[in-house]
Amino acid sequence: MSLLHGLSRRGANVVLAGRSSDTSIFSAIPLMRGFNPGPTWHAAKVIECGAAAVTLRSFPDAMFARVSNQHFIVEPLADEYYCTPQSVAAHTLYENADSYHLVEPLGVLDTSNCKYESVSDRAVKVTGSKFNLSEQYTVKLEGAELVGYQTIILAGIRDPAILEVIDDWIEGVTRASKIRISELFPDNNEISLVIRLYGKNGVLGDRELKDKFEGHEAALLFEITASTQATANAVAATVAHIGLHYPIEKWHGLISTLAFPYAPAEIPRGPAYQFNMNHVAIISDPLELRALFRMSIHEIG
Amino acid sequence: MARLGDITKLIRSKNAGPFMLTIDIMFVDRDSFELVKSSEAFSIGQISRLFNIHDTDLIVQFVESAMAIKISFPRQISSGGPGDTDVFGCQQYALLVDLEV
Repeated sequence: MSLLHGLSRRGANVVLAGRSSDTSIFSAIPLMRGFNPGPTWHAAKVIECGAAAVTLRSFPDAMFARVSNQHFIVEPLADEYYCTPQSVAAHTLYENADSYHLVEPLGVLDTSNCKYESVSDRAVKVTGSKFNLSEQYTVKLEGAELVGYQTIILAGIRDPAILEVIDDWIEGVTRASKIRISELFPDNNEISLVIRLYGKNGVLGDRELKDKFEGHEAALLFEITASTQATANAVAATVAHIGLHYPIEKWHGLISTLAFPYAPAEIPRGPAYQFNMNHVAIISDPLELRALFRMSIHEIG
Repeated sequence: MARLGDITKLIRSKNAGPFMLTIDIMFVDRDSFELVKSSEAFSIGQISRLFNIHDTDLIVQFVESAMAIKISFPRQISSGGPGDTDVFGCQQYALLVDLEV
């Protein structure tokens, strides 16, 4: 709606905005021109993901929508792509926890009575999209905060003897590293170390069902977080060195366990953040948005 | 009984916002859709156990128009937060592919 006010009241030709509802970018102009919000919001939902609603999308491309007050028609621009009624119907599920209802600032798009039909071998017409205007105008407010600075190390292990005892070995490296970290930084309790084992549970973490590493090669990702980049880098260098020579019972003598693809092995990742606000603000008048969001007009060229 | 991966044309997961995960399962035909709708292996209890979440946090929807089942639940860690292994939630459906239904 902020976009609409900017456009309609002040005659802006281009609007640059920060984070917004993706669908609003496409629904703003039809809504401003008085189009039926049902087909408008639904068409916007389909095309905001570009060509995602085609049957098989091998690379990003655009989607074209024609919107009327009774229906909308979507058609992909790339020659080899095509939409089917099922591919478009399925798209309302994408990135949405509710299959038939999509919540937007002005209300809720209801697709439960939609009909999807082919109008050519590549275009689909959708009827029945309804938009239920909310009594209250709502705005989602999201916030993020700095967690710290990170340094990561990527390393491979191929030795079957180490892989045979990999879980205990990782635990040993973690334990030894934490002891060393507390010796080096005795008053600092903001340093964290995580070691992920790709090949076993890097993707699913503690949801993984397979509890034993089974591959012939493992990738380890070490992640160090600290309150400054310099601390994270220093800790990472220490952890890399401890890990590199951490022993297993089988091999007698100093071993070297980690295949680093890069030198230096430690890769500073920069600041890390986490979401700290997920709030729905109720606005009694869209003009209240001026207090929340700064807006300025510039003449260019 | 059938392996879910063999009777579906698509199984995928993605974030629905930074705090929710949503999984879509699209079936090859109506018979497969109906088979899973009534399958024991697809009960709320089984799904909660598989994803290690509380059954009261789980939303399961049967989407007739798309011959699909949608499962949604809150992420254990918000997107990109400390300890997150999958920022966009892209690969969290993986255990469903081999599920016997």
